[in-house]
Amino acid sequence: MTERINGSSNKRNMVLSFIALAALLVLVYVLDIVIKPTSSWNNLMTCLEKGTIYALVAVSMNLLNGFTGLFSLGQAGFMLIGAYAYAVFAIAPEDRTTVYQYYEGGGLIHFSLPHMLQDMMGGADAFGGAIGYYLGIILLMIFAGLLTAGIAFLIGIPVLRLKSDYLAIATLGFAEIIRSFFQWEGLGPVTNGSNVLRKFASYDSSIFPVLVAGVCIAFIVMLINSSYGRAFKSIRDDEIAAEAMGVNLFKHKELSFVISSFFAGVGGALLAMFQNNINASPFTSNMTYEILLIVVIGGIGSVTGSIIGSYLFIACSEWWLRGLDKGEFLGIEADFMTPGFRKVVFAVVIMGIVLFYSRGIMGTKEFSWDGLFNFFRTLPARIAGIPGKIKAKFSAKKHKKNTKKVKEAQ
Amino acid sequence: MLTIKELHVHYGGIHALRGINLEVADGQIISLIGANGAGKSTTLKSIMGLVNKTSGTIEWNGKDITNLATRHVVKEGIVLCPEGRRVFPDLTVEENLRIGAYLRNDKEGIQKDKEWVYELFPRMKEREWQLAGTLSGGEQQMLAVGRALMSKPKLLMLDEPSLGLAPLVIKDIFAIIKQIKEAGVNVLLIEQNAKAALEISDYAYVMETGIITMSGKGKDLMNDERVKKAYLGE
Repeated sequence: MTERINGSSNKRNMVLSFIALAALLVLVYVLDIVIKPTSSWNNLMTCLEKGTIYALVAVSMNLLNGFTGLFSLGQAGFMLIGAYAYAVFAIAPEDRTTVYQYYEGGGLIHFSLPHMLQDMMGGADAFGGAIGYYLGIILLMIFAGLLTAGIAFLIGIPVLRLKSDYLAIATLGFAEIIRSFFQWEGLGPVTNGSNVLRKFASYDSSIFPVLVAGVCIAFIVMLINSSYGRAFKSIRDDEIAAEAMGVNLFKHKELSFVISSFFAGVGGALLAMFQNNINASPFTSNMTYEILLIVVIGGIGSVTGSIIGSYLFIACSEWWLRGLDKGEFLGIEADFMTPGFRKVVFAVVIMGIVLFYSRGIMGTKEFSWDGLFNFFRTLPARIAGIPGKIKAKFSAKKHKKNTKKVKEAQ
Repeated sequence: MLTIKELHVHYGGIHALRGINLEVADGQIISLIGANGAGKSTTLKSIMGLVNKTSGTIEWNGKDITNLATRHVVKEGIVLCPEGRRVFPDLTVEENLRIGAYLRNDKEGIQKDKEWVYELFPRMKEREWQLAGTLSGGEQQMLAVGRALMSKPKLLMLDEPSLGLAPLVIKDIFAIIKQIKEAGVNVLLIEQNAKAALEISDYAYVMETGIITMSGKGKDLMNDERVKKAYLGE
């Protein structure tokens, strides 16, 4: 698509994107300093962080479901692997005995990469130590992604030979197997069995998840726009034709599956840091459905749709609709607003969206500066056109009525 | 160039091809005519490696390609423009053409071939940024042929290019097939529209229930009583 836009506006769009991103980061930074200490607006920061993490996972799921046409439901399982791979190696040695309280000697692993690098580069109080700490976190996140990708590679070999519903069932099954495997007592000295993992290294500033998710999503967008992405889309559109054109179906499906899982693993690691403690039990198929919901609401095949959908979903479920469970919503107090009522309202909202936007909020479209400018440029004309439209509709109705009257008279 | 010997293909219990012998010589349009279910499409699919063969050999320029994977067959210079067009509806016309050149790495060559395809089908140039799913049936067929040509084939196999198209559009497409042959690409054509196919082909095979029952020069077959009766409706 880039060739269609002429050079200068292309350059302008790039500059605009950079300015917007920089402004966003500054905004997050300021919000982080101003709002985080005040408890009244803490909801906003929670939604921002969780929404960002879910956006990354939703985009990675969209890469599979929306761009490669593989209906996979294993996302929660892959997030779980990433979360554990991160958390297990990020608990400070001195905290291990309290975390792994049911296992002798604080489990099997006795080091934490972020803490180790922190000590090596000058300790907790030095600037170098802080850099080492974050370097450790980033390296561990990459490790979490790679481990997830490796397991996805192995699962993909049998599973990707299946199609549509069968693939969905198989991936769902594998996700559940992963969950029970991590809860298995035999793995306890490493995963802490079914007990909670906590006290692992985490980020301090909300900028961190936003930055990491931003880089990851940018990578996915670049992949989608590359020749690999074109091959993914051709498989989605018509497998047989893609094969006849020489596209290696299995290789590309596996590639898409592995890359999607890599980012699901990174998302899982971020989620672990966001929650400050993790446990395998919430990573059920329910979590996958939440992400699938985000993808469908945002638009299957639209990256910006997934991001918008993610923030909307998280804001609704964590913040805006919370009052419905507590008996007070927008100043209305009612007895029927008991815990669980939020989900009823949420279901109605989702039905509304699906009815009026059957292809999701964005469909398969993406946000573009040209589109935005066009929207504002044509807005006055469209607003000016509204009375005319109403008039036209009204007079059409009148005309119909009149003809009806004439017919009746005859 | 292409030699098929004693090719057998089974679909489950159905014996779809029962010993096909076929040859495509250089610089020719070869057509394969026959009724529905005669095994024409299966023949092309087995050349491409899209179906499993029971026995027999397929040779291409002296090389055995019987058991090559599809992408390697494409690399060898054989491409199939599948039945029913099968363009990628949610990709643009230009992206469809690029998928056709997926296995090629020569940027300049790809650009040159793209220009050639636009020259053959000026309509595609106009619709370059349109989604392929929004094209008309005839335009989609043109795009499918153009996409196949983007792999720079030495042998272009067309499966029913006239299917479901208006007579005028069919005429255009057959004229373009002739142009493609003149550009040095061999064409293996499957058609139900036997008359139009025989008119432009140098040599033709007639298939019936998995075997080749007749073969000969296009013009000779057109005057053959049996062909006339069975396929030309005269």
